[in-house]
Amino acid sequence: MPKVTFIQPDGTEQTVEIAVGWSVMEGAVRSLVPGIDADCGGACACATCHVYVDPAWAAALPPKSDMEEAMLDFAQVVAPTSRLSCQLRVTSDMDGLIVRVPVSQH
Amino acid sequence: MPEQIVIIGAGQAGVQAVESLRREGLTGAITMIGDEAYPPYQRPPLSKAYLLGTFSRERLFLKPDNFYREAGCDLILGTRVTAIDRAAKTVALTDGRSLPYDKLLLATGTRVRKLSCPGADLPGIHYLRDIADVDGLQDAFKPGARIAIVGGGYIGLEVAAVGAKRGLDVTVFETADRLMARAVSQPVSDFYAAEHARAGVKLYLNTSVEGFEGTTRIEGVRAGGVTHETDLVLVGIGVVPNDMLARESGLPCRDGIIVDSNARTADPSVFAAGDCTRHYGREGIEIRLECVQNAIDQAKHAVLAMLGRPKAYSEVPWFWSDQYDLKLQIAGMARPTDRTVLRGDPAARKFAVFHLRDGVVVAVEAVNAAPEYLVGKKLIADGASIAVERLADVSVPMKQMAQ
Repeated sequence: MPKVTFIQPDGTEQTVEIAVGWSVMEGAVRSLVPGIDADCGGACACATCHVYVDPAWAAALPPKSDMEEAMLDFAQVVAPTSRLSCQLRVTSDMDGLIVRVPVSQH
Repeated sequence: MPEQIVIIGAGQAGVQAVESLRREGLTGAITMIGDEAYPPYQRPPLSKAYLLGTFSRERLFLKPDNFYREAGCDLILGTRVTAIDRAAKTVALTDGRSLPYDKLLLATGTRVRKLSCPGADLPGIHYLRDIADVDGLQDAFKPGARIAIVGGGYIGLEVAAVGAKRGLDVTVFETADRLMARAVSQPVSDFYAAEHARAGVKLYLNTSVEGFEGTTRIEGVRAGGVTHETDLVLVGIGVVPNDMLARESGLPCRDGIIVDSNARTADPSVFAAGDCTRHYGREGIEIRLECVQNAIDQAKHAVLAMLGRPKAYSEVPWFWSDQYDLKLQIAGMARPTDRTVLRGDPAARKFAVFHLRDGVVVAVEAVNAAPEYLVGKKLIADGASIAVERLADVSVPMKQMAQ
């Protein structure tokens, strides 16, 4: 299974395996990664699963949908590589992905 | 600090309470009791991706199994609480056990409202509330099958959308003169009626179901004086709160367990959160909310109150529904007397309806319009007044609306 590394604001790293087809958010929740609230469970309805994708990876990911783009526009402290992790569907090409968790989702 | 917390109900509110109790520093024991066979799971996908078959069961679970171990939560499943003894501070379980508590959280949720018309117990008539319901529906939910849906609310219409997508022959019967009448305004109802019709769903508004026909199983629905042949029926006519345990223990209930803005019942040791509660909403009006947001937020407030740090609950409620490729997002609570403002064009399948009361934004319904929803939610929380012309003007970006 592809491995994804989550880096907390304090630098703590956690690398978790996520099944192909699952979202990065689901993998984080499944492995109890702190800071990914995902209140709506992945419906792209709450913007509480925001992550910063490592710049080296940003271009390799599938583009944002209009809905994700719009939801992100209003998330807290948005950066150029911000994504909603519920919209990032894991593929085998994403093995080694690194994302950073924001200080707060609210 | 309490030593012994018992949570009745293993759903969204219950699991949020477990998480928040530990996050807020509770060191005492937590026991959570659920009557279903499964650990806490998400209900929203049941009538959407899970029914469609694109979302496996294991993805429904809100937490992995080790969450409960690591949180020191004793999760008792497939078990009901039969009584609460508030004097002795114990709860009795169907397995004969009696559990003591210092603080008790009622997170018992709701159950489906059942039809009682003739033939309502015929095989082939389904309801949709839990995993077992959807699994039970799946066998007959096949391309070409005729499904009659009773109730044009969220559940009925989400099932209609999935059914149309899966190639079923779908008919919806709704008593009211428009769809989702309890949840959305007229323009949104009309828009969704057109979308369902376009997908081939037959809609009968102003039509009550009088009964079901069939010898050994469902064969027809009698509605509006006409019998419609069908292979299966899905009933989605709302839910009723599970407040029986609370009522039997003498706690005040009125279509829901009455709680204050700190999720406290009349008993200082007993709290309640989620769909099962009736509380004074942020507008000071008694309300019972059926949504993920309320389950999460009220559980968080219940935990703070349990730990002696009460904080009044005033979050803006939010809801969503997925039908076809349309995302409906709602924030706030509208009333029929509110002034409505349409922003955008429903024909473009991207628009929002804002609701204003005395010039203040109190609710927004957004279809494929995340900026309207998100900014709207913030405007509601802030109690902002925005000129109607400005709200309706799509050349003014939502981001600038608050400025």
